[in-house]
Amino acid sequence: MSTPYVPPHLTVPVGARDHTQGSAHARVVLVEYGDYQCPYCEAAYPIVKRVQRELGDDLRFVFRNFPITNAHPQAEWAAETAEAAAAQGKFWEMHDYLYENQRSFEDPRYFAAFEAKLGLDVGKLTQEVERSAYARRIEEDFSSGVRSGVNGTPTFFVDGIRYDGYAEVHPLVAALRNALKK
Amino acid sequence: MPKATDGKPSILRAGAKAPNFTLKTTPDQSVSLEDFRGRPVVLAFYPADWSPVCSDQMGLYAQVMPEFKKFDAEILGVSVDGIWSHLAFSKERKLNFPLLADFEPKGEVSRLYGAFEATTGEAARALFVIDKKGVIRWSFLSPDGVNPGADGILSALEKLE
Repeated sequence: MSTPYVPPHLTVPVGARDHTQGSAHARVVLVEYGDYQCPYCEAAYPIVKRVQRELGDDLRFVFRNFPITNAHPQAEWAAETAEAAAAQGKFWEMHDYLYENQRSFEDPRYFAAFEAKLGLDVGKLTQEVERSAYARRIEEDFSSGVRSGVNGTPTFFVDGIRYDGYAEVHPLVAALRNALKK
Repeated sequence: MPKATDGKPSILRAGAKAPNFTLKTTPDQSVSLEDFRGRPVVLAFYPADWSPVCSDQMGLYAQVMPEFKKFDAEILGVSVDGIWSHLAFSKERKLNFPLLADFEPKGEVSRLYGAFEATTGEAARALFVIDKKGVIRWSFLSPDGVNPGADGILSALEKLE
């Protein structure tokens, strides 16, 4: 009577618009839908780093925005900041810095100092964040997540299939190695 | 009423007429399913207010509201929690749709839809998409502990057009 459980699939495949780390020819792809202000994403951040080290060149990692702003009032600002940094070629630096400094979100000056250190045009970045220059892109990410079965953050996809296990190093590595065998 | 054979709920399925009900949403306001005739309704039964923050199903639906609105759909959350819990929960999570209290007699409406978990005394995570004529067009019972998300609802709403 009941049909077997099938995890949802990624509806928008990884493409040129995505922020990716690792080789485009990597054998397995891990996609994360994340919210910079979510404590569970903060917890997953070093885990993903370890998973990347474990898998090495076999893994390509993709990050997409899924800000849940009714719970996290700074999530949109943070996503805009990362996207504005991306426009200046520093997405991953900002992505990492946001997750490493989640507790300083109330103080934008703290981030301005980092932006200057990265060699970013701080005036341009600030202005883009203020006018929500990347709102549409963030919405597109959110919407693709919703249609792919992202129901909270972080949500991971291993080769396009939602990963329903724990966001811990060993189960994630096992799922990715399993995908490598296919 | 649908029969539960193994303690698990057996929910109403597509094609069934959605049973009408009236439940309180605030101390002095009630909502009836019939109030929404002419528009699609999403009924989202869930076990309890105050589940963990970031994977909270109701919080997700609040965020997805612009997508539901494209279909002119109304979303109603239903649990066995009382109105005061609903009010506090709704305020804290900034929810933008009504939460209905299936509180007295406890779980009566959840039972009508076959979405009552007798073992826990809570509603199951069951979703129903009801068309503008009041017919269930899609239903889904989520596995234990799994937030069903919004993708199934949106696909079902799309098919109503």
